Amino acid sequence: MKSSTLRAWSWVHKWSSLVSTLFLLMLCVTGLPLVFTHEIEEVAMHQAWTPAHPDGPKLSLDQVLETALARKPGEVAAFMSFDVERPVVNVTTVKPGKAGYSFQPIDQTSGDPAPSVAGHPVMEFLLQLHTDMFLGLAGMLFLGAMGLLLVAALVSGVVLYAPFMRKLPFGTVRTRKAARTRWLDYHNLLGAVTLAWVLVVGVTGVVNTLATPIIAYWKDTALKELTQAYDKPAPSNERSSLAAAVERAKLALPGKQLQFVAFPGSSYSTDHHYAVFFHGDTPLTAHLTTPALIDARTGQLSAVAPTPWYVKTLSLSQPLHFGDYGGLPLKILWALLDLATIVILGSGVYLWLVKRGSVR
Amino acid sequence: MSRPHLSLWQVFRVPAVVAALSLFGLVAALLDDGIWDWIGAAALGASIAVTAWALAARRR
Repeated sequence: MKSSTLRAWSWVHKWSSLVSTLFLLMLCVTGLPLVFTHEIEEVAMHQAWTPAHPDGPKLSLDQVLETALARKPGEVAAFMSFDVERPVVNVTTVKPGKAGYSFQPIDQTSGDPAPSVAGHPVMEFLLQLHTDMFLGLAGMLFLGAMGLLLVAALVSGVVLYAPFMRKLPFGTVRTRKAARTRWLDYHNLLGAVTLAWVLVVGVTGVVNTLATPIIAYWKDTALKELTQAYDKPAPSNERSSLAAAVERAKLALPGKQLQFVAFPGSSYSTDHHYAVFFHGDTPLTAHLTTPALIDARTGQLSAVAPTPWYVKTLSLSQPLHFGDYGGLPLKILWALLDLATIVILGSGVYLWLVKRGSVR
Repeated sequence: MSRPHLSLWQVFRVPAVVAALSLFGLVAALLDDGIWDWIGAAALGASIAVTAWALAARRR
C-alpha cells in the first residue's frame, strides 16, 4: 500500500473513532446491563399476581374495551395488546388531539385493573440513555450518525490491520514489549475477532435509530394506500364488534399469533380500520408482524398487508441488536463481546494519547 | 532476525473464518429455538474461543 493511501486510511480510522468513542463507550456500558433486562427485571420486579377467576370465562374484547373506556371518560382507544403469560389485556387510550397515552392492564377474567409489568426505573433510565440520551428523535439520529462513524472505523481498521500484521502471526501479543506495543496487539486481536459482531450490532443499531421515520413513512405510504375512499374517519359509535374483527382477522392469517390491535385513527392503522397485528412463533418470524385490516364499519376484511422490506429490516434489526433471541448463552456472549468492545475503544484512545505524546 | 512478510491470505484467514462463523451463529440462533440456539451460540462463541487461545498460546 502506498504511504499516502495508508495515511488517508489512518486519518479515517483516527477521526471516525475519536469523534464517536465517548458515545460508543456510553452505548457499550449502558448496553451491558440492558442485555439482561429480562433477567434483572424478573428478580427485581417479581410480584405474585393471580387473576380473579383463573379458570373462569373470559370477558370478550368488546367488554374489556368498554371497561377501559368507562375508566377514562373522554378518551378513545388507540391500542390493545395481550400479555403472553397472564390473562391480561392492555388497553392504551388517548385524549383526542392531546399527546400522551393512558395505559390500563385489565384482568380479562373480571375486568379489574391488573398490576402493570412496567420496567424497573433503573433499566428504563439506561434504555432511554442508550436509545436517545433523553433528546428524542434528534438524540436517536445523532447516535445513528455515531453508528455510521463506527462502521467507518471498522472498515478503516480492517484496511490498517494488514500492514500492522504483515510480520506477526495472528493473535500475537508481545507482552514483553512496551505498553504501547502490547496494547496495540490487544487492540488488533480483539478488533479482528469481534469485527463481524460489532458490525452487525452497529449497523442494526443504526437501523433502529431510524425507527421513527421508517414507521412514519410506512404509515404515510403503504398503509395509506389501503385506505378505502371514506371522507371521514369511522366514528366510535359506528364501529362493528372488535371481538368479531379479531376473529375475522385470525381466519385470514391462520396459525399466526395475535400481537396487538391498532384502533382506527391511531398510529399503525388508518382512520377506517382495525389493524390486527399477528406474528409468527420462531425467533425470526416472531419479529415479523403482519397486519390484517378490518373495515371498522362493516367488520369485513379489507386487506392482509405484509409489511414492506424496510419495516421488515427494522423488525429484524431489533433482535440482532438486542441479542435477546437465543437464550442465556447468546446473552452471555453478547456481554463478553460488549466487554471486548469496551477494551478496543479504551485501548484505541490510549494508543492515540501515547502517539500524540511521542510526536510532540 | 526479521520475519518474512505474510501474504494477505495468511493475515486475514483466521479473522475471516471467525467473522464467517460469527455471522452464521447470529443468523442460526434466529432461525428457531432449541438446538439452533446452541448451534448459534457455539458458532458466535468461536470469537471468544479464538481470543482465549491467542491470549494463552500467542503471548511472546
